[in-house]
Amino acid sequence: MKEELKKRVIKGPDGFEFEVDPLQDYYCEAPPTVQPAAYQKIVEKIFNWARSESIWILGFGTGCGAIEMRPLMTPRFDAYRFGVQWRPTPRQANLFIISGYLSTKTLKRAIRSYEQMQNPKYVIGLGSCTINGGMYWDSYNTIKRLDDYLPVDLYIAGCMPRPEALLAGFEEMKKIIRAGKAEGGNLYAENFDWYKANQKKVIHDWDMPEHSW
Amino acid sequence: MQTLYTKLKQLFKLGELTEQRQDLAFITVAQEQLRPLLLHLRDREGFTHLVLLTAVDWMEEGQFQLTYLLNDRAGARDIGLRVMLPRDSATMDSIHDIWPTAATYQRELREMFGIGFPDSPGVNDEFILEGWNDIPPYRRDFDTLKYSEENYSHRPDRETTDPAQHMKQQLYPDEG
Repeated sequence: MKEELKKRVIKGPDGFEFEVDPLQDYYCEAPPTVQPAAYQKIVEKIFNWARSESIWILGFGTGCGAIEMRPLMTPRFDAYRFGVQWRPTPRQANLFIISGYLSTKTLKRAIRSYEQMQNPKYVIGLGSCTINGGMYWDSYNTIKRLDDYLPVDLYIAGCMPRPEALLAGFEEMKKIIRAGKAEGGNLYAENFDWYKANQKKVIHDWDMPEHSW
Repeated sequence: MQTLYTKLKQLFKLGELTEQRQDLAFITVAQEQLRPLLLHLRDREGFTHLVLLTAVDWMEEGQFQLTYLLNDRAGARDIGLRVMLPRDSATMDSIHDIWPTAATYQRELREMFGIGFPDSPGVNDEFILEGWNDIPPYRRDFDTLKYSEENYSHRPDRETTDPAQHMKQQLYPDEG
């Protein structure tokens, strides 16, 4: 357990001493809950249409694939014309692109970022490393299947996929959202224990909250 | 480089000299000779910059080779000092007081090769790996494929083809 996550007594600037338990005070450790669909199908359809046009990507590059997102942000490929934009914090994002290989060390940060994103949230696995390990299939510190640890809505194959492939992927993602099939957040909530067990199998020093919300 | 080597030879007990290029040479040094030699090179010969400190695992000989690569900016030349260590319970004197950057290299070597550097600041802290529970991964007796198969689940339908064979099949299918 990290020093800053341990329960401790802190002396404030006014000399008053108080106890802090970061896991309880700073994070809500309650497991995530399933977000039910709107009570009327047509309303949910409108919601899904609206969601598909508001894809906000978390600006978190996990591997070499992150290099493919730079040209997308710039005029050459300009992903913004498709209603896609990058955000600096998970609280403002709803799409997490796992861009390439994911080491167990980065997986920790990816899990925490994913859990802090608001429902509905989507995950795209970019590159063959997220599918079956890719060229890192025999590596001692990268995971081989992303869908064991996070619910994945869409994979974009390639090593690396070109920015055009990502643009096509965004369009595909929109179709999936409009069809109401992008239920990653709910899937994660339903199978929370299974995902946690898988995550803890590869993260040997679990020094973070059970659920970082 | 030859002149430098003869000059150094008068002062220190040196091993053989390997000249890689005009401006790059390697000298094998005994463990206890390293520190005075480094200080001499830094203060008298102008090798003021530690480029890198790395290790090679000679598993068959039961040895680790440490390479200290130094750079002389003014003279535009590099010199590498090789130190051989016994492989089991390998420890080496820290040189962080000569070059503070060495502490980072030593921390890495401690984690990836398991070479001990007592007194080096923060040497036992985790550097790249977190929660590592096996032998240091850069040691050659560490089987990375076996470790990955034991620890990470593989997608069952993964296929592997030999690139040369595959391209031959693609380009010249008639040639069997």
